[in-house]
Amino acid sequence: MEKKKIVMDAEGIDRSLTRIAYEILEKNKGVEELVLVGIRTGGVFLAERLRRKIFEIEGREVPLGILDITLYRDDLQTSHRKPRLGKTDIPFSLNGKKVVLVDDVLFTGRTIRAAMDALIDFGRPKLIQLTVLIDRGHRELPIRADFVGKNLPSSLWEAVSVILTEKNGMDEVVVELNA
Amino acid sequence: MKLNRKDILGIQELSVEEINLILDTADSFIEISTREIKKVPTLRGKTIINLFYEASTRTRTSFEIAGKRLSADTINISASTSSVVKGETLIDTAKNLEAMNPDVIVIRHSAAGAPHMLAGLLRQSIINAGDGAHEHPTQALLDMMTIRAKKGGIAGLKVAIVGDIAHSRVARSNIHGLTKMGAAVFVAGPATMIPRDIEKMGVVVHTRIEEAIREADIIMMLRIQTEREKQNLFPSLREYAQYFSLNRKNIGLARKDVLVMHPGPMNRGVEISPDIADGPHSIILDQVTNGVAVRMALLYLLTGGNS
Repeated sequence: MEKKKIVMDAEGIDRSLTRIAYEILEKNKGVEELVLVGIRTGGVFLAERLRRKIFEIEGREVPLGILDITLYRDDLQTSHRKPRLGKTDIPFSLNGKKVVLVDDVLFTGRTIRAAMDALIDFGRPKLIQLTVLIDRGHRELPIRADFVGKNLPSSLWEAVSVILTEKNGMDEVVVELNA
Repeated sequence: MKLNRKDILGIQELSVEEINLILDTADSFIEISTREIKKVPTLRGKTIINLFYEASTRTRTSFEIAGKRLSADTINISASTSSVVKGETLIDTAKNLEAMNPDVIVIRHSAAGAPHMLAGLLRQSIINAGDGAHEHPTQALLDMMTIRAKKGGIAGLKVAIVGDIAHSRVARSNIHGLTKMGAAVFVAGPATMIPRDIEKMGVVVHTRIEEAIREADIIMMLRIQTEREKQNLFPSLREYAQYFSLNRKNIGLARKDVLVMHPGPMNRGVEISPDIADGPHSIILDQVTNGVAVRMALLYLLTGGNS
């Protein structure tokens, strides 16, 4: 059985990000002390889009950092494949900042655990909030997102992919049944 | 993608893809050394032994810092304070270290091939930190990383390597690496210090520094090993300096944007004049900074995920 289902199209993604941008601003009462940190690679593109939307709304630029969590993974010793290491680039201090962590899909929560460990190594943020475009459930750690584009109940046999123009030339979220 | 080998013994056996993987990974490690907290948890619980049978400041410290910034436990053994002075053989020392279950052994030895012997004998990953006049792969990797970062690439560059080519493992590793990556390599030195058949490694040989560095993008000066003076390979340090030092006068023959490198330790006033070593063309200290990142990359790529 081959099945590929589009659960979010370009407009859907854009509307979600617009709403999330407003929610971030509402919850944090503006952009004071606010910084965005995108998790490589999908999260970085989404963070850049959120930054543009926040600029359109507030007229102010929010600092944007890039985080590669590879070195903080808990499966480096057990997995057979070593992920290619990307660059981390957080060119500002996180001390006292409200950090909005951005990723595309929230699944087991292990990536976010690694990301939080990495952030703490950069300083002591005032708080960390989590933004994801898709929350597909199946958490293995006590982690939840503050801002969610779409809750997508999924089975473990499904793969959820966030496809973005910056990387794949189009915007959509698809669910496929893993063979 | 992962590095599909247990050991790093030389540049000769590395492919261009492997070299690029190591250099790309090293580029990503640079940032960690600029953080306030210069440490990531990646190699927590791993043990790295630095086994040095020859003197070293840079390489040993660099490996130690690289291991520590990855949260590994690093132990340094130098021959002068170990059981070597009681007559223990290299194989016995290595077998005893293996029995303590380290994950990586970094070795420097005056005998060419010593790391290769250990690699065949031990289940641990072996990294060659210099074996005799054979290879010094991590030095060549950090040199290539530095060149790539400063020039945007390696292919098509003209690189001059000047000095005691015959006794230099740095020269040998760099010649292997740079020619693989598509650079044109020129070597120069006194005839007594140019090994026979070096042309077969794909380099052009000159006996005058001026010819080798003309229009060069990179000049790599080698340390003149002063202990060689006794072997009558050159009449005196003074005469060597007169004919083969890089100085304000002859550097003008190279390209305007030439970069000057030296693996250290430098003999100021012998192979390189102080104003060049400290001048605007010098990237000697960038080499040292990048050395830590390259060694972090190798430790990361060699450990874990392979079981």
